[in-house]
Amino acid sequence: MATEFSFPDTAAVAEFETEKMSLSMGPSHPSTHGVLRLQFELDGEIVTKCDPVIGYLHRGDEKIAENMTYNQFVPYTDRLDYLAPLANNMAYAIAVEKLAKLEVPARCQAIRVLTAEMARISAHLLGLGAFGIDTGAWTVFMYSFTEREKLYKLFEELTGARFTTSYSRIGGLQRDVPEGWTGRVNAFCDQFLPILEEILGLLTRNKIFMDRTVGVGTISKADAIAYGLTGPNLRGSGVGLDLRKDKPYSGYEQYEFDIPVGTKGDSYDRYLVRGEEMRQSVRIIKQVIAKFPDGPWYATDARKIFAPSKDKILTSMEELIQNFMLVTEGPQMPPGEVYFEAENPKGALGFYVVSKGGGVPWRLKIRAPSFCNLSILPKLCVGSMVSDVVAILGSLDFVMGECDR
Amino acid sequence: MIDFWSSLHPVVQGLIKGLAVIMVIFPLAGACSMAERKVSAWMQGRPGPNRAIVPWFAWIPFVGTFLQRLGVFHLMADGAKFLFKEEPVPGHVNKLYFALAPAIAMMPALTTVTVVPFGAYFNSAGEAIPLVLANVDVGLLAVFAVSSLGVYSLILAGWASNSKYPFLGGVRASAQLISYELSMTLSVIPVFLWINAPGTPGTMSLAKVVEFQSLPGFWGGTWFVFLMPLSAFIFLVSLFAETNRQPFDMPESEADLVGGFHTEYGAFKWSLFFVAEYSHMIVGSGVFTLLFFGGWNPLPWLPLADLVGWLHHATHAAWTLHPLFVGVLSLGIFLGKVVALIFIFMWVRWTVPRFRYDQVMKLGWQKLLPLAIANLIFYALAIALIQKSA
Repeated sequence: MATEFSFPDTAAVAEFETEKMSLSMGPSHPSTHGVLRLQFELDGEIVTKCDPVIGYLHRGDEKIAENMTYNQFVPYTDRLDYLAPLANNMAYAIAVEKLAKLEVPARCQAIRVLTAEMARISAHLLGLGAFGIDTGAWTVFMYSFTEREKLYKLFEELTGARFTTSYSRIGGLQRDVPEGWTGRVNAFCDQFLPILEEILGLLTRNKIFMDRTVGVGTISKADAIAYGLTGPNLRGSGVGLDLRKDKPYSGYEQYEFDIPVGTKGDSYDRYLVRGEEMRQSVRIIKQVIAKFPDGPWYATDARKIFAPSKDKILTSMEELIQNFMLVTEGPQMPPGEVYFEAENPKGALGFYVVSKGGGVPWRLKIRAPSFCNLSILPKLCVGSMVSDVVAILGSLDFVMGECDR
Repeated sequence: MIDFWSSLHPVVQGLIKGLAVIMVIFPLAGACSMAERKVSAWMQGRPGPNRAIVPWFAWIPFVGTFLQRLGVFHLMADGAKFLFKEEPVPGHVNKLYFALAPAIAMMPALTTVTVVPFGAYFNSAGEAIPLVLANVDVGLLAVFAVSSLGVYSLILAGWASNSKYPFLGGVRASAQLISYELSMTLSVIPVFLWINAPGTPGTMSLAKVVEFQSLPGFWGGTWFVFLMPLSAFIFLVSLFAETNRQPFDMPESEADLVGGFHTEYGAFKWSLFFVAEYSHMIVGSGVFTLLFFGGWNPLPWLPLADLVGWLHHATHAAWTLHPLFVGVLSLGIFLGKVVALIFIFMWVRWTVPRFRYDQVMKLGWQKLLPLAIANLIFYALAIALIQKSA
């Protein structure tokens, strides 16, 4: 239980009739991180019932996908977990490539891993900062946002957008990395590590922070598995499942990194796991840059999937027709169905694609990690105080854009 | 001028003094709010407010831009905004109490200022005359009695808002303020035990505490923070809790209660709560300085009288002994200490996370209160022994 509060002897307090109070937290509440709404039943400040109400950000992304070509859906993936759009782009592209049984070249894979890990750092930084705010440590938030800003500058240079990157294409990428960009990423990593230690140092051994998080929102190993938790929330409970290691994709098997796991499964463990994952991400980024492969950055043999380069379109008839077909009909996929999960910052982001051939998916289902992670809330919040709920929400680190889709 | 002042009717004198309090505290609290924004910006590595500028000031080279970067004009802009913006009163509130709460918040904050001495000058006989609006003998007792009334405004605000988040905030506020009042009061009793030696007339006057700390000699000139560090510590922690500052800002705690008791407030009423909070901080820091940090004495074992004597010795100027100069000097020293203390308040706020409500209560009742009692008993025995042997 989250607190040591125990109800007094009922006989002694029988004359004081107490009433339960209902309290609606959200959808516009500073700590519900977007538009989550929690319908509480409170006994004093103790939560006796918690009813999450979701769907305030529902946009029907899955239905939208059925009405557009595969590449046109890439910008919509930005808006799932909008704190790590690059990782979403990658997961979606790999899912569709799996459908087409297409192998992308090593350079493309490396760039995708690089961007996904940068997205992980950016997402975890925000999660950390928001957790800080939830427990009252504003400065952590500001420090982590300063670092995110540096990452956004790099994203902007790479993709042309800070936030909605839309970087992946089926069979490749939007463009190759700019000249000297990897060097700047490396420089970022070098200066980031000491700053990360400084930020974490504000919280990790802070007595007040530990009081607020240790033993709060404890998820047992069995519960974590039963509720389908993934990502840092699952690993915080001591289950070492990480798809990058267990089902490697995009060349993750070439890189050396550790999977941090928690021991108790409380909010503090989830915080520690995220902190360590950022360090590991930096480690991966450094390895990627160290052996950055040359060669093509898109699948050159997939003429019906990846658009030809612009100069060819303007000079050669065949490429012009090819581009015209791609734009009007979409990348041509074989019929079939495929499911692919990638280890996103929030957990396993899955795409289930059903194709009947042609350039438009017949059905596209998104397995959103935040949605599954939030499903444990009714169980997790009962018995804790209102302030604990805030800490729990911060430690679960969800994104409503992904949960509501 | 003094004659003219004494010839005024006491009621007129009182009104003028009251006006002076408002004229001083409001800008000070405003300056504090500005400082809070600048200090937080400084700690978080961002520029902070640096845009607002009055047109004519913008034309002054260097100074204009410097003041703009410093953000001093945001203070005026904020004040004007709070005064002139629309003041919505939600339909579901109890209008009378809703309007009354901010006023009650201001009252104790302004009242306590009157009994807090803020400086001293020397009369022709060489006696230190404290600068204080009302030099009452109950001194600190009056401060405690009046400042604890502040909790009513929070309860009233939480209750009158007729809404759940403010209600929870109000409940937390009342519990928290009452709990910490105890340890705060207990922590200062050793100070008064020390100065009220047998045979001397009993007093609770803050000016007397400072007078004691400015006595010549090693024991006389010692600040109470060195004599009773634990008392000072308990008082400081309780002060944080009493002024609702992080890490004890339960009644507000914007993460879970949005704004706590002032969630439903806006415009000028809200700013009154804000000013009251800062006024409490200023008064609290002032009392802490007077009790434990020697008031207007510049350094430990260096009383104000010595400093003035040295200045006179060094310059041989008559104005160094003028009461006005000494008064301003002592006021400056006192305010300097208060500002340093307020900076510590801000430093803490922007560094540490927030306690949970039950942890605050546990800390207050299970740790601080026993500590304060043990501290009191220890000093009561120690003082009895020392004074008996002396």
